[in-house]
Amino acid sequence: MNDYQMMVDAYKSAGGEDIFADSEVAHLVLERDQVLGKHGVEGLKVEADKISPGAVKVKITVKAGYKIKNPVHMCFGVLPKEGRQQIDMVVKIEKNAAVEVRADCVFPNAVQVQHIMDAVIEIEEGGSYIYKEHHFHGDHGGVEVIAKSDINLAARGQLVTKFDLLKGRVGKIDFDYEAVIAEAATVEMLARISAQADDQVKIREAAHLQGKDARGILDSKIALKENARADIYNELTADAAGAMGHVDCTEIIKDQAIARAVPIVDVRHPEAKITHEAAIGSVDSTQLQTLMARGLDEEAAADVIIQGLLND
Amino acid sequence: MSKLLEIKDLHLKINEAEILRGMEFSLAKGEVFALIGPNGCGKSTFAYTLMGLNNYQPQSGEMIFKGEKINDLKINQRAQRGITLAWQEPARYQGVTVREFLSLGLKSRDKEVTENKLREALDQVAINPAQYLDRFVDRSLSGGERKRIELASLILMEPECIILDEPDSGVDIVALNNIANVINYFKKSGSGILLITHSEEMLEYADRAALVCAGEIIREGAPSAISDYFKSFCFPCAKAEDCEKEAAS
Repeated sequence: MNDYQMMVDAYKSAGGEDIFADSEVAHLVLERDQVLGKHGVEGLKVEADKISPGAVKVKITVKAGYKIKNPVHMCFGVLPKEGRQQIDMVVKIEKNAAVEVRADCVFPNAVQVQHIMDAVIEIEEGGSYIYKEHHFHGDHGGVEVIAKSDINLAARGQLVTKFDLLKGRVGKIDFDYEAVIAEAATVEMLARISAQADDQVKIREAAHLQGKDARGILDSKIALKENARADIYNELTADAAGAMGHVDCTEIIKDQAIARAVPIVDVRHPEAKITHEAAIGSVDSTQLQTLMARGLDEEAAADVIIQGLLND
Repeated sequence: MSKLLEIKDLHLKINEAEILRGMEFSLAKGEVFALIGPNGCGKSTFAYTLMGLNNYQPQSGEMIFKGEKINDLKINQRAQRGITLAWQEPARYQGVTVREFLSLGLKSRDKEVTENKLREALDQVAINPAQYLDRFVDRSLSGGERKRIELASLILMEPECIILDEPDSGVDIVALNNIANVINYFKKSGSGILLITHSEEMLEYADRAALVCAGEIIREGAPSAISDYFKSFCFPCAKAEDCEKEAAS
């Protein structure tokens, strides 16, 4: 079996859709620094080139006015037990263009793997970029993900990022996303992670609502058990009239897990408003006992509650 | 009627406060037995004790369900034997759909989950399945909707003993009618219902009733007689000697 087929199989095993033969669906498949598959559609250009050992530069451009009908599928990963993948990504969504990207990052055999993503995202006026990223790291906890994004969202633009890692081990995650939001533009950054053993999660998401009537939501939901640890830094600032936002961090912990939430809310205009909510604790006992009164044992009941929280 | 549930001289202390002081009664199959009393008299505490919630372990007395002493069983073990509790304020669940929530009771009792069963249960409580099955059981539901979904989950679970804790609190008239219908449905199917309430209007659905005061049953009888007594002597609360005099007469 060739690398392409192995990556596609790993992608499907992690829940990805079988779309790679569909000519109307743009896609990109990368295994370490190898570009195994690449396909664009009208209005959307996908460029990918190896720039150094272990590193690839990817550029996604959506031309002005194009609304890409089908989500673009990206499959990134490292198949061997050890390896490194660095992706320098540039995304440009031109004026009034729109695209949704579904990225699956698969490291099914990882024992010592590093995945580095350095992204610069520019969304022009009226543009829309929805980025849903799903990770599967296998059962060894041997993956380290370091992701950094600099995002610039122009007037009336839309950005949604949703990251989820719900099955298997996390290993180490270190995210740092920073977004500047212009007039009447909206940003939503969502993270859903289930961590266990000695997994470590560090997320910093910052959005700066600099334009009038800009909107922002930063929402993290993390479940931790055993010796896992999570440090979540959500920062939302508002500098203009009518700017509104909400920061929400919920972490459920079991066993010896450690959770830390640091919401930073900074408002510098009297007509702006930001709210925040952070909750860290064990599974709610009323929720738990209600499900037990339907016949579920304690562990099954806790799973229903945690999976529900992470699916929300 | 054969005894489904027997409560014998049940005592419960929480932090040295005596909450239940010798509760004693029985419930038969197909019977609706109401426990009425003012707020704080121990009705809900009794419901939690019977269901086996954490921190509600009685110090003495017996709870016997279908001939088996259940004092030491966990909540889920009691549920698997056929007892369940509908909370006064049902819990809400982020990210759990009505479909998933309703399926839980079926799965835990090894019953097959089918779309038809889910739809029929929702129809019974006047909830439109097409509109609600994929909604979340979260704060987006009104109090009445949440209670009706709770009742639908009970219908699917088919318990033999149902504890309804203040089923009429915080509900609209539609939900109130559904509660009456569901009580009748369970009664016909042979389940025993323990109806816990502080509202005498709910007693019209009961076959028998008992008045709970300060953690004990002080009077038991026909619902109309208990209702009259409750209205006459509990609002405002009669002094103990008035109660005793009335009881003696």
